[in-house]
Amino acid sequence: MKLKRHGAVLATAAVSALLLTACGSDPTSSGAGAPQAGGANAANCGGKANLTGEGSSAQNNAMAVFVQAYQQACDGQNVAYNPTGSGAGRKQFTAGLADFGGSDSALKAEEEGPAAQRCGGNPAWNIPLVFGPVALAYKLDGVDNLVLNGEVAAKIFNGQITTWNDPAIAALNSGVQLPATPVTVIFRSDDSGTTENFQKYLTAASKGAWTQGTAQKFGGGIGEGRERSAGVAQAVGQGSGAITYVEVSFAKDNNLSIAKIDNGSGPVELTDATAGKAIEAAKISGEGNNLKLDINSIYGTTEPGAYPLILATYEIVCSKGYAPDVAQAVKAFMTVAATTGQAQLSDAGYVPLPESFKAKVMTAIQAIA
Amino acid sequence: MNDPAVSGTSTGTGLTSAGRGLPDEPNVPEAGAKVPESPQPPAGNTTGTATFTQRGDKIFKAMAVGSGGFIVFLIGAIGLFLLIQALPPLLSNQVNFLTSREFQVSDPADLRFGILDLLLVTIEVSLFALVLAMPTALGIALFLTQYAPPRFARPLAYIVDLLAAVPSIVYGLWGLLVLAPAIAPLAVWLQSNLGFIFVFAEGTAKAEFGSTLFTAGIVLAVMILPIITAITREVFSQTPRTLIEGALALGATRLEVIRYAVFPFGKSGYISASMLGLGRALGETIALTIIVAAVAANFAGSLFSGGASFASKIALAANEFSNPTLTGAYIAAGLMLFVLTFAVNALARTIIARSGAQA
Amino acid sequence: MTATIDAPATGPTFMQVSGARKVKDRIATVLVYLSFAVAVIPLVWVVYTVLVRGLGATLSATWFTESLSGLLGRDPGGGAYHAILGTLLQGVVCAIISVPIGIMVGIYLVEYGGNSRLAKTTTFMVDILTGVPSIVAALFVYAVWIAIFGLPRSAFAVSLALVLLMVPVVVRTTEELLKIVPTDLREASYALGIPKWRTITKVVIPTALSGILTGVMLALARVMGETAPVLLLVAYAPFINTNIFEGNMASLPLMMYVERNNPTAAGTDRIWGAAVTLILIIALFNVLATVLSKYFAVKTK
Repeated sequence: MKLKRHGAVLATAAVSALLLTACGSDPTSSGAGAPQAGGANAANCGGKANLTGEGSSAQNNAMAVFVQAYQQACDGQNVAYNPTGSGAGRKQFTAGLADFGGSDSALKAEEEGPAAQRCGGNPAWNIPLVFGPVALAYKLDGVDNLVLNGEVAAKIFNGQITTWNDPAIAALNSGVQLPATPVTVIFRSDDSGTTENFQKYLTAASKGAWTQGTAQKFGGGIGEGRERSAGVAQAVGQGSGAITYVEVSFAKDNNLSIAKIDNGSGPVELTDATAGKAIEAAKISGEGNNLKLDINSIYGTTEPGAYPLILATYEIVCSKGYAPDVAQAVKAFMTVAATTGQAQLSDAGYVPLPESFKAKVMTAIQAIA
Repeated sequence: MNDPAVSGTSTGTGLTSAGRGLPDEPNVPEAGAKVPESPQPPAGNTTGTATFTQRGDKIFKAMAVGSGGFIVFLIGAIGLFLLIQALPPLLSNQVNFLTSREFQVSDPADLRFGILDLLLVTIEVSLFALVLAMPTALGIALFLTQYAPPRFARPLAYIVDLLAAVPSIVYGLWGLLVLAPAIAPLAVWLQSNLGFIFVFAEGTAKAEFGSTLFTAGIVLAVMILPIITAITREVFSQTPRTLIEGALALGATRLEVIRYAVFPFGKSGYISASMLGLGRALGETIALTIIVAAVAANFAGSLFSGGASFASKIALAANEFSNPTLTGAYIAAGLMLFVLTFAVNALARTIIARSGAQA
Repeated sequence: MTATIDAPATGPTFMQVSGARKVKDRIATVLVYLSFAVAVIPLVWVVYTVLVRGLGATLSATWFTESLSGLLGRDPGGGAYHAILGTLLQGVVCAIISVPIGIMVGIYLVEYGGNSRLAKTTTFMVDILTGVPSIVAALFVYAVWIAIFGLPRSAFAVSLALVLLMVPVVVRTTEELLKIVPTDLREASYALGIPKWRTITKVVIPTALSGILTGVMLALARVMGETAPVLLLVAYAPFINTNIFEGNMASLPLMMYVERNNPTAAGTDRIWGAAVTLILIIALFNVLATVLSKYFAVKTK
């Protein structure tokens, strides 16, 4: 019978599909970084086994690091982080669909009320846990120690400066032989928090030279856009004279030069230490344990040796009002993230929290109930 | 981009059944006439079949008709739901949706979005792809049906079909990372030597970087090639043998056989296949997203430009789809893409229908 | 067929072909061969690129058996199992929905529709549906599933979008095959007093089933490579998820898209490894389709 033969084929297909399902596995995370002593002790493991987080894609790689550390510290616990964008993160958190939200910007004033409602009448806290330095990455033959400042960067990115030997650049780079190569600005063509924060930096640090707004889309009006960080970094590597803003890991992996930034107190190279210094100097505009940052205090910093161009992203959590098991898991996860989780961040392209700032973050995490 | 035409038979149906003259084709009405449960409604249900049978027939027919209706409903629903989502932002749009080149949707209170630039970019890159793909596809179809030895024709046809099995994201990465650097010298040469022709003039993206509509168009051409080829091949292979042999008997060369017998017979199929390819190119998303540069300047017609097509504009914003108004603006762009492909496909369909009437 | 053309064309006994015509013919021949070569170049080039960059990754011991769970971007090892599973799951769910609808529409068009207005409209709409770009299908599902119903993004939403792309292919195939099922079979069945719907389900469909299965395989191969729907409708997960209604789920195109933004060597391996795997799966489905159609060829006599 024909039908029987077809049946047999379908059955075979179904069985093999089942077999396939049965034989695969998530690798048991081993090798990558043995659990540090103390990490497991600091976190009170337990509670909800699968936490859900949603939001900013800029902190996605940091989340991967945190989740790995969390799984090592707390056996059987997991976090599913859904990088759908900051706006979605705040919305899903407020709607109670995510246990915590990840966002490139703190809750807006009008969002605080509904967020508090979600937390049973308790305020939601913005905890800045992930800091990603953004590099002004460029490729220019013969020049690998370029210095820029906010104002010159703004003029480059909005087209007022069109060649590399422009007097404004030369003034910051005395002794450097600058070629007359035209400047090619490369920007992110997709909507991104990196673009938004870069433009916020230009607004804060350019002494009025940047008037092109702070949207998630680049507003400079010149240059070529490429898709995501990988695209911009690859494009800059392609031709001499190109410059972009990109997460530091992409600049390094594509062998791009990274400009030093003169914040008014001399040129600062981008390192964990200089970025950490800017974070330490940041002013907090939130009250108590709500660690909402005054972001302009980072972007506009004149602290000697502080690298100002840093993307700060928050975890948005309830101060109180979680179900007890959720509260325990959120606290455990955040504790691991702020302690052992920091160790691997540098490799993933983020800055580990400086000690004094970590203390503030830990205080806030411990206060979650 | 993978296409139904891979099979060579699936999409070909609508085109070829007219010319194919299958002996079985008139079956349907015939069978109906002989059977009580015929498609002619009044004739049915009169013979003495059991109630069970009648009910089964009724239910089954209802399911079949319902499915047919469902397809019609589906197309309507696509248009309707896209419109529902697009309407609020369209109503608060500060500029003319059809004629503006702006696309500013970051501030929901000040929406300024128009599709003119998207439309122009989409059409130019698709037409460029079509210009490249059409003659090539014609050549391949002729090669496979008229030139290649029959025992090679099938495997060779399979190779071309394989082009359709490569997913579009692979084409995108290949286009950006491999093809673009390889053809950069050609692009630069074209720009500096044929720059007086507006399509090769200096555009908004650097030719040597390769993130241009030029590169994207070539990639698109490769992507739509198998679709056009598969259908055209199918149509050409249906050329009545009497026509070919008649031409040969008159002493025609192989070229003349093609010119006077094969091509006239398959022309409409070839054109409509190209239209289907065009429809596919218009909607291609990820390859364009990866390859083409975003630029602030308006599109001026050069192939050495950046820009965004409808589809790539939507894909680039997809990461941050959170605000309904913002999303609605992109859905409005999607709606226009739907209308555009609808029009192109409808046109293709009309061409087939008209030629079907002739045949 | 071509053989019959060849024979007389090479040896014209009575007529001398003039020089100009001969030259034109030669030029045309060269152009035709050239165009075929031109088409083969990109294919070989693409396949070569993918294999050179990706084959190494797929040869690793864990590629087909493990996911990327718990691995950081730069960590080597792990595999694409989660993405393969996601791709197959989304494809199978799509097929489960599309195949019945597609076959019923095909039956309607061939067995019931006749020349009615609805049948004509349906045929037209199937053609339109064939041309609907995947991003429009994805936006439609987004508009209904996420924006209006407020449901979360999920693999099921992806499957729904793929249904829109798959149904027209199944309809076309079914229609084509039902048309070539011999009338004798139907009439024999009717003569035995078997009602029409039983005839269709017990005689017509089984006769055409193998061909329909072939079409389904080809359609599946097509939809599994789609990137736009997964981009809009589901989030990537580096771990195994078999729940299509909830949570993030990987698929091979999505894995490529996500790992594209991973600048490390491990990322490059994953992108191209996934590309090799995806092409392999699609080719496998194509081969399966050919085998199926050979094995259960429609018996027309």
